[in-house]
Amino acid sequence: MVKQYSFYPGCSSQKLASSYNQLRSTQSICEVLGIQLNEIPDWNCCSASIGYAGGGELPRLTLSARNLALSEKEHPGQDFIATCAACWLSSREANDRLNENQQLKTEANEALKEANLTFKGEKKVRHMVEVLIEDIGYEEMAKHVKKPLKGLKIAGYVGCQTNRPFGIAGESFENPVYLDKMIATLGAEPVENYDKKVSCCGGALMFSEPEKSQALVKDIIQAAYDGGADMIVTPCPVCQMNTEVYQEHINQKYGTKFNLPSVYYSTLMSVAYGKTAKESALDGQIIKAKKLEEIAAK
Amino acid sequence: MSQLNATKVEKYRNHFLREVEANVEEGHWVKMCMQCGVCSGSCPLGPYWEHPPQEIFMMIRAGKREEVLKSSSMWFCTSCYNCIARCPRELPITHIMHGLAHYAKRLGLAPQNQATPKFAQYFWDNLYNGGGRVNELKLGLSLYFMNGLVEGIKTALKMRKIGQGMYFSKRMNPFEIFGGHSCKDSQGLKAALNKAREIEEAKAAQFKG
Ligand code: SF4
Ligand code: SF4
Ligand code: SF4
Ligand code: SF4
Repeated sequence: MVKQYSFYPGCSSQKLASSYNQLRSTQSICEVLGIQLNEIPDWNCCSASIGYAGGGELPRLTLSARNLALSEKEHPGQDFIATCAACWLSSREANDRLNENQQLKTEANEALKEANLTFKGEKKVRHMVEVLIEDIGYEEMAKHVKKPLKGLKIAGYVGCQTNRPFGIAGESFENPVYLDKMIATLGAEPVENYDKKVSCCGGALMFSEPEKSQALVKDIIQAAYDGGADMIVTPCPVCQMNTEVYQEHINQKYGTKFNLPSVYYSTLMSVAYGKTAKESALDGQIIKAKKLEEIAAK
Repeated sequence: MSQLNATKVEKYRNHFLREVEANVEEGHWVKMCMQCGVCSGSCPLGPYWEHPPQEIFMMIRAGKREEVLKSSSMWFCTSCYNCIARCPRELPITHIMHGLAHYAKRLGLAPQNQATPKFAQYFWDNLYNGGGRVNELKLGLSLYFMNGLVEGIKTALKMRKIGQGMYFSKRMNPFEIFGGHSCKDSQGLKAALNKAREIEEAKAAQFKG
């Protein structure tokens, strides 16, 4: 039986935007696992963690409340799912805060009236990783592996916002292990004690403070190399982008020789599930993941 | 001095803590801080914070209004949530930093030469004017050009290879700049956002600490 979810893709997953490749590979694994993601009609941006200069508290809560209200109206009974850490965080934060604070909820609804919507607060806001771990389970995830990723060593980079302040149930803030477990489930070897696992990459400040953020990314990549990694895998679109696309800049500045692929867990799963390079969105890599391409071509 | 700033100075006189409680997101938490310093050791860009969060909280209580609101510090917050995960008093530090930054910006006190206040404002404007969704290409372009044309061209050249990489990997659509994606009900969304702002301002005006 297919499991149905109300899906919030977020701006960066729009067709041909920066993490469109995450969406493509996610769709390919959902097919295999019997997950159906129903896109929330007419969703809007959540303003991530950087909208605060122009947007006050209530306007920002209203942004997320609109998405949640649309989900309640169009997809009753389905959990609200995001694949982007920032989207998940702001939606869940808004859901919690409005439900905990009756006055804020009334105010957000007064604002939403202008768009003919009502936020009731009946949704469970969840990350795609929670769906995989809690609704599908490691055992079931393992069952569909057609091409075990033997011989690959992978640094599982969880980053901040998939991890804090909510995180995945049962995991610690300091050393969450679910990503490593997922890597192992696919037949690859996780880097043990990857000490930059939950370090920050600078997030959106990569754009406004590039030098300072790149210094953070340099350490994240160096630690992956030190652990013997063939690649980095991450659940977060911003982490993915930040660890992949600036390596040349970092090399120029620091004299390093980084050339380490950074992929989504969904791409990794997709390849292990026997999908083609295209279905796994390997063409979306700027630093090509050659070892995954080879496996996909087999 | 901006009109709004003058009004607030007049209204709160020497009660900066009360001003923060009334006007800043989660500001009522500030008085709960016990000055343990855990948060200050948590910021990834810590060395660049002129006043780390713990100090900001102390300064608010000491009434150092100008120093706090004009500080570049809050704008170095990467929203990593390290502090929230660790604070023994469970202060929503991240939100207070965002709230202070927002308030400083509204009052016209945010640093003029720092990139993040500009970028964060561009992001919001892009969303608000762009029909409810962020157009990454436009956002990127305005960012490169925010320091003026010559600087912008230099930055754009430096970033050209990344742009090409993103384009060839089907992750950046050059046609987005001509409109790209937006919400169908962008009118409704805009009206809701305007209303939300109106409510928020009315609430701050009525606050009795
Ligand atoms: S967090 Fe980023 S990707 Fe998600 S909706 Fe907001 S801007 Fe778009
Ligand atoms: S690691 Fe970077 S992108 Fe990922 S959640 Fe943290 S700040 Fe955001
Ligand atoms: S960690 Fe919490 S209690 Fe300690 S200084 Fe920071 S805000 Fe105050
Ligand atoms: S969320 Fe902001 S204030 Fe908190 S530790 Fe991270 S950078 Fe510092």
